[in-house]
Amino acid sequence: MTHRTPTGGSIDRNTLLRFTFNGTEYTGHPGDTLASALLANGVHSIGTSVKLGRPRGVVAAGSEDPTSLVQVEAPFSEPMLLATTVELYDGLVARGLSGQGRLSAEPDPARYDAKHEHCDVLVVGAGPAGLVAALTAARAGARVVLVDEQNQAGGALLGVDEYLDDRPSAEWVADVVAELKSTPGVLVLERTTAFGMYQDGFVLALQKRTDHLGFAAPAAVARHRVWRIRTRQTVLATGAHERPVVFADNDRPGIMLASSARTFLHRYGVLPGSRAVVFTTNDSAYCAAIDLAESGVDIALIVDARAEAPARLSTECAARGIEVRAGQFVTGTEGSSRVEAVLVGDQRIACDTLLVSGGWNPVVSLFSQARGALRYDSELGAFVPGEELPTVRVAGSATGELDLTACTRQGRDAGAGAARAAGFTPGGQVPLPASDSRCTARSGLVLWRVPGSDDTSFVDLQRDSTVADVLRATGAGLRSLEHIKRYTTIGTAHDQGKTSGMIAAGIVAEALGVELGEQRPTTFRPPYTSVSFAALAGRDRGELHDPVRVTSIHPWHVEHGALFENVGQWKRPWYYPQPGEDLHTAVLRECRATRESVGLMDGSTLGKIDVQGQDAGKFLDMLYTNLMSTLKVGKIRYGVMCGVDGMVIDDGTVIRVGEERYLVTTTTGNAAKILDWMEEWLQTEWPHLDVHCTSVTEHWATIPLVGPRSRDVLAAVAPDLDVSNEAFEFMTWHDTTVAGVPARVCRISFSGELAYEINVTGWHGLTVWKALMEAGKPYGITPYGTETMHVLRAEKGYPIIGQETDATVTPQDLGMSWAVSKKKPDFIGKRSFARAENNRSDRKQLVGLLPVDPAVLLPEGSQIVETDRLPEPPVRMLGHVTSSYPSAALGRTFALALVRSGHDRIGETLYVPVEDALVPVTVTESVLYDKEGARRDG
Amino acid sequence: MQLIPCPWCGPREEAEFHYGGQAHVAYPEDPSALSDEEWAQYVFFRENPSGPFAERWSHSAGCRRWFNAVRDTRTHDLLAVYRVGEPMPEVTA
Ligand SMILES: [Zn+2]
Repeated sequence: MTHRTPTGGSIDRNTLLRFTFNGTEYTGHPGDTLASALLANGVHSIGTSVKLGRPRGVVAAGSEDPTSLVQVEAPFSEPMLLATTVELYDGLVARGLSGQGRLSAEPDPARYDAKHEHCDVLVVGAGPAGLVAALTAARAGARVVLVDEQNQAGGALLGVDEYLDDRPSAEWVADVVAELKSTPGVLVLERTTAFGMYQDGFVLALQKRTDHLGFAAPAAVARHRVWRIRTRQTVLATGAHERPVVFADNDRPGIMLASSARTFLHRYGVLPGSRAVVFTTNDSAYCAAIDLAESGVDIALIVDARAEAPARLSTECAARGIEVRAGQFVTGTEGSSRVEAVLVGDQRIACDTLLVSGGWNPVVSLFSQARGALRYDSELGAFVPGEELPTVRVAGSATGELDLTACTRQGRDAGAGAARAAGFTPGGQVPLPASDSRCTARSGLVLWRVPGSDDTSFVDLQRDSTVADVLRATGAGLRSLEHIKRYTTIGTAHDQGKTSGMIAAGIVAEALGVELGEQRPTTFRPPYTSVSFAALAGRDRGELHDPVRVTSIHPWHVEHGALFENVGQWKRPWYYPQPGEDLHTAVLRECRATRESVGLMDGSTLGKIDVQGQDAGKFLDMLYTNLMSTLKVGKIRYGVMCGVDGMVIDDGTVIRVGEERYLVTTTTGNAAKILDWMEEWLQTEWPHLDVHCTSVTEHWATIPLVGPRSRDVLAAVAPDLDVSNEAFEFMTWHDTTVAGVPARVCRISFSGELAYEINVTGWHGLTVWKALMEAGKPYGITPYGTETMHVLRAEKGYPIIGQETDATVTPQDLGMSWAVSKKKPDFIGKRSFARAENNRSDRKQLVGLLPVDPAVLLPEGSQIVETDRLPEPPVRMLGHVTSSYPSAALGRTFALALVRSGHDRIGETLYVPVEDALVPVTVTESVLYDKEGARRDG
Repeated sequence: MQLIPCPWCGPREEAEFHYGGQAHVAYPEDPSALSDEEWAQYVFFRENPSGPFAERWSHSAGCRRWFNAVRDTRTHDLLAVYRVGEPMPEVTA
């Protein structure tokens, strides 16, 4: 049986849309929402409640609805949508939810994007007040953006059958929208919800661009768009939500807000039922009752909680045979899957629909988000905007005003005021439309609940939270609404308490015996309505989520089967497994080849900073713990940097390129941080220094060529270079030609082996890499990755900043006192080295650990304890393992660790808890391989 | 998303900026002349007022310049911005 009226509503009755709900096929029309189409088919039961499993239906017609949550299954599965805001399309498949949805296991194929927009005046809400505000500002010449969450403008007018200027209100709306859309500089956005309002006129709005097209949505069009609007002035014309009254068993399907039933009638041509009781505290429900009666609904009774019913409206009701009883209350309902009877005192009235109106809550969410203060209006029983903000005005029923003419006048004033504040002069006044509405008197009774069974008197229908829950909270001593919200979860569901929050506050105030005006309302937070993470992520998904940096040699690594390690945004070769190899076997092979013959790696990601200027040396002397200004041109020095607290922040080499020019290298992950560090000191402390710093990380491809045969390989590709130990000393550099390409070759080593670092412009990196591979063939040259680099340096006790160190390790802790200048009067961190804390003998210091069983590999991060049996907790921890590897060169496993008083414990046996066992380890110096440094010169 | 008026670039979104803590905490002239406590005051201790607060900001994703700003810590309103080396302007919160 259809519940559709024979005519009326802005639906296309000539077109049928097929859809499936809970497995049953139905039809509706373009213009329907899923909710209106279901009601037209007599379906009121949408889902069941999250905790109690009680049937729930449709309470409101719009985004304030607390109950009609559905999972849409086709074209793409999406959870937690409101049936009242899902526009119907052909082929829609949905089912009702019990509070929780299910995320699709499939990746979402839709596109999402974001767009920036700047304007003079933003108007939120295209109801009568917002339309007049936008038109006033637009006629003044302001750039105006008008956003509205509905698929058409009109706001509350969409749900009534009223006349403006003696013609249907839709015609007036259409004229205003047409003028706005044809005015240059005006942007009208439909299906767009302003969901967040932030500082300095920043507003986020979500536009649903293709949802209503269903299967016909073009794949190339972004489904949702987040508008990032920056506006000088804002007019909030966000309207008001009708609120219910709480009574026993107030949650059955068929119990609906009166104005929402009126909206279903006028906008969709849908009747909520055939026999209705109306329960109200104010005039507005009378208009709903009269309209529904005229459309054929049997209005059994109007129960008006006020002592006296309004005279004129009562007369109108009497003329239609509608009984009105004043001073009475609905005390309960009966029914199973739908309301079947309403209890008024001791009378039971059979019906299939109960319409409720407890008054109106202005929608103040955005105003509150913009830090506008709210004020309690005791006549309205709602929080309304307090003082206007310098850049935010409120107009229409969002202020608590109910009369249409007063609302449009506020819209005109707000639009003119906003335009003026944005620097425009409003011209002639926009004429206000004459209205004939008759249910707008502010004469309501503030009524939160009718006493009855507290356990079935639902305050938040989505959360299944009842009056009993609220009283339990106040009974437990809670007084703040914020606390009670968290205790009861009222207002924390998808609807954020749009219809329940005010009532909860009212019941709390009654229970505590305080005035609501003294209660601080809960804070409104974005988003106003649900926004998907996909929409917020926009295009920043998958490979666009974060930039990926690769070196110029990267294609070779890929071609040769390298596995990669992410270091910051860089992709670095981790190791190059050969068939059948795992990490350990590959790394042992790479290490052995490098120490016994020659290996090479791609070190291009190393941070490089070009430091120039007359005072460059003086500046580096302050940044590094050792002296840099004394370095001769052509030489290289290793250096450590500390913070003012004396803790190591980075290390690397410094190359003196010229009298006033240095090239500084940093660890891969710290390149940007160290450049920032340099700029901070230069700009804020030493602006008088003549120093300029530039990142040149990506200008250079850097290839360490490592191992006893590296000299032979280099000689083969650098014919102009004298590679002898005498001509090319350790820690010096030469400019030459490598593989026909201009190159800077540095003799530095991060492995203890004879090694060269070949630097060429990034453009030539791949060519030179291939030439080195070719020239190294006779020696079995082996490419190696970061893992082998880590093992080789650990065998030599070289720390990696960020692995051996956190923010609590000094150069002295690392055994690097040799890198700390005694001569310099000052450098960053120096004064901290003299603090008592820095000189405690029990500081954690870097040492080597050799497991007594040479096959045992300690997990990195393991704790270290002193005894071979764990005492009762708390157990004193001596430190932790920072690096741990099997070593080809040592023929066993080894580790580096930070250990309390570690330098004094060399030779001691300590214990490392690994799962259930305590592994004995011997403490050694951190340098485990080639302590004499015999291999450095090849 | 607040707008921060960079003294070099004009108003830009806060995501372009990096916070640098309290302003006008100069690196001591001669750290070696300070007691441990005086040095610790410089390294570890900063003001935390409720109200106007002079701070350092860097326009790190813009002109990369450091500058100073007076911010009301209660409202986040920026009451003044000024360049490094300039004195802190008088503000009314
Ligand atoms: Zn700037």
